[in-house]
Amino acid sequence: MKATTRDVNGTAIIKVDGKITIGAGDQQLRDVIANANSNKILLDLSGVTTIDSSGIGELVGSYTTVTNKGGKLKLLHLPAKLNELLHVTQLITVFEVYENEQEALASF
Amino acid sequence: MERDGERIEITISSRFENIELVQVIAEHLCENAGMDEDGSHWIGMAVREAVANAIKHGNKLDVKKKVNATFELNGDDLAITISDEGTGFDPETVSDPLNPQNLMKTSGRGIFYMRTFMDHIRYSFEAGGGTSLVMTKNLAKGTGIASGKA
Repeated sequence: MKATTRDVNGTAIIKVDGKITIGAGDQQLRDVIANANSNKILLDLSGVTTIDSSGIGELVGSYTTVTNKGGKLKLLHLPAKLNELLHVTQLITVFEVYENEQEALASF
Repeated sequence: MERDGERIEITISSRFENIELVQVIAEHLCENAGMDEDGSHWIGMAVREAVANAIKHGNKLDVKKKVNATFELNGDDLAITISDEGTGFDPETVSDPLNPQNLMKTSGRGIFYMRTFMDHIRYSFEAGGGTSLVMTKNLAKGTGIASGKA
């Protein structure tokens, strides 16, 4: 997994590429989000190639951590298979998901 | 799609980096049998979860302990057996990740994925140790998600 972070008007946009799977990115995702310099986090997942239940678990854990600190974590550009997984697990009801970056930024 | 008598077996040590080896075999076997890319992906995902559980919960990351995977394809019927050297568990105690109380848990979705993407899954436990999981799928039925389980 590779992650790059940029700041846009106080929101940390974290672009994640590659796999978020057990032993290969799950812990890394948690660390990247925990080290973001903002409590407004937009996670761009367009480059995610594979995510397993551990990766989904890290998304959930990160969401809870950010929310408990009074912040917000939202998702941008879900790949089709990740979108299906979030529907199957009903987590789609938890996350705010956007397809347009400007709309996502305006929502914070 | 029919492909009688195909049997593939692989044994790996308990390292997470070996999971993909088994997943790739599952996906290629399904694609070779005529399943579309999405369907093959979801079966590969079920295998990934099964092997990850065997390594983490079964063999407890002991690299000296092995995970065995067997793929048997007869006609459209695929049977996948994943075995580890662990002490087993009670599948009835695994909580439902769709229960609102469990929705925000960070773990516990692996078996749910297997049930979603495969037709049937069944655990068995050896008296002297060792857990086997048999997952079956009729490839002609399409993916678990598309067949309305979601």
